[in-house]
Amino acid sequence: MWHNKIAASSFGAFQTAQEDAATRLPNNRRRMLVAIIAGLAVLAAIVIAGALAAEAAQTTDFSVKNLAPSFAHPFGTDWMGRDMLARTVAGLSTSVLVGLLSAAVSSVIALVLALLAALGGPRADAFVSWLIDLVMGIPHIVLLILISYALGRGALGVTVGVAVTHWPSLARVLRAEILQCRAQPYVAMSRALGVSGVRLARDHMLPHVLPQYVVGLVLMFPHAILHEASVTFLGFGLPPEQPAIGVILSESMNYLSAGMWWLAVFPGLALLGVVLLFDRMGSLVRRLLDARTAQE
Amino acid sequence: MRFPVIVRGFARFAVLMVAVSIVTFWLVSSSPIDPVQANVGQAAYAGMSAAKRAQLEAFWGSDLSFWERCLGWASLAVTGDLGTSLRFNAPVTEVIASRATGSLALMACAWVLAGVLGCVLGIVAGACSGRMPDRVIRGCAYVLSATPTFWLGLVALMVFSVFLGWFPAGFSVPIGMSASDVTLVDRAYHLVLPALVLSVTGVANIALHTREKTIDVLASDYARFARARGERTAGIVLHHGLRNLMLPALTLQCASISEIFGGSVLVEQVFSYPGLGQAAVTAGLGGDAPLLVGIALASAALVFAGNLLANVLYGVVDPRMKGATAHVA
Repeated sequence: MWHNKIAASSFGAFQTAQEDAATRLPNNRRRMLVAIIAGLAVLAAIVIAGALAAEAAQTTDFSVKNLAPSFAHPFGTDWMGRDMLARTVAGLSTSVLVGLLSAAVSSVIALVLALLAALGGPRADAFVSWLIDLVMGIPHIVLLILISYALGRGALGVTVGVAVTHWPSLARVLRAEILQCRAQPYVAMSRALGVSGVRLARDHMLPHVLPQYVVGLVLMFPHAILHEASVTFLGFGLPPEQPAIGVILSESMNYLSAGMWWLAVFPGLALLGVVLLFDRMGSLVRRLLDARTAQE
Repeated sequence: MRFPVIVRGFARFAVLMVAVSIVTFWLVSSSPIDPVQANVGQAAYAGMSAAKRAQLEAFWGSDLSFWERCLGWASLAVTGDLGTSLRFNAPVTEVIASRATGSLALMACAWVLAGVLGCVLGIVAGACSGRMPDRVIRGCAYVLSATPTFWLGLVALMVFSVFLGWFPAGFSVPIGMSASDVTLVDRAYHLVLPALVLSVTGVANIALHTREKTIDVLASDYARFARARGERTAGIVLHHGLRNLMLPALTLQCASISEIFGGSVLVEQVFSYPGLGQAAVTAGLGGDAPLLVGIALASAALVFAGNLLANVLYGVVDPRMKGATAHVA
């Protein structure tokens, strides 16, 4: 009896929420979709422009070295006469690609470990949470330096380093989500009907955690870029001959006292813009997918 | 109830340190950087006979297996001997101790500043939620949390040191001055800009968090009742909100030590500030494995201390939580 009553009342609430949503959601959803598509377009544009600017970023012209920003060189030129706009764009695309790759790898690590923790029994759960404590126990930058040292620096080191350091928070979220899903009646029912563990995870759990996974991936991405740039800046990441934002900023340090502000300001602003863009995009996706705020 | 928490804390600390040691030792020893070559230098290594190289390898034990080396290192490490730093030509513990003073001063200043500033801004934003101050603070917080620390340091150095000349352009003491002449004022003067830059990384997080909590508190029944009694918003926040706000903020701030340490590595590098972070970079770039392991251990200990502090303070601020383990958000 009481069960029915609760079901009826919650159904009523659901209905009003849906009606409420029906009047507002398209607007909100459209706004978010526009923002997300714009973000993806910017991403694609950076990568394509980076590929196009790769050659210009390497071209030296000593007749135009150390120029302040002008119409011919909007971001100025460096001490070898290289155009800073081309270098910035090429550097951004390198950073974005490394960030994308490492964030993707990291999120897969998070997903696998979360599944292991939630479905592999108490031993596996304790092991994963201990692993999380271990990774969180060392400051990210120190761990990144260590991993980069272990892999002999270079692009591989920084990609692996960022991938290995960024999964814990997402793994925690996903684990909680899977545990919640496992307690659902429909999972118990399919188990009673004889559905195998692997199929259960694939057909019932994965679709359930997918939204959180996507949100986590998008939000991880700006962090990955920031850490890649930081480690490269310290001299451990991408090699100096590659135009990366970290390399550009680290080189600009030598010319600061000469007052060549444009070497540091514009590439940094570009990096900040990209990070900010994807941070906001991640928050938007989360708000859209989170049942509590989707109707706002 | 207090005693077991601390005992359990130390047990966890021991396990963590062992794990961190093994992981860092493994990472460092799997590096393609040849320890013998790193020790004797490129030129000397090239001119060395094979027999001499083998002798050196035997001397440093790099021909032993991984576990033999790890145990050898660990048996010395428990007695407080972490080996000799290559780059600084001194025992690792000594290097860390001398570097830690500068680093800890920098981190402590930034940490306190970030906490206080973040709390104040968060409360102001929460109390004015939806209005102009809130929007400005929230916007700044979003931008600041996306700003790379080292870039902010570069810009600050450029504006305040190069163009305005208000602050020295790096180092922790004036250049060309003998160590005995350096006063505390000199050190503080060199600390201001790096500490400000470092604190900025923590402000955004704590401000946004405190803002949410302030809004929650102001929407609560007891805040509404206080308002009905005629208390003003400032009074409500001060008398009813502050303790409730302090708790999560304190935990968050203690948990942020890991980020502050990471930020200090970057800030020290930008400002050429001689601290642990700069030593870690020097060690990593210079193939100084013992120092790198030592600093990794020190940083892990610091982060653990932060979390432990959060748990203890939790009990002090909220007596209900005494004995229970705080969950760090």
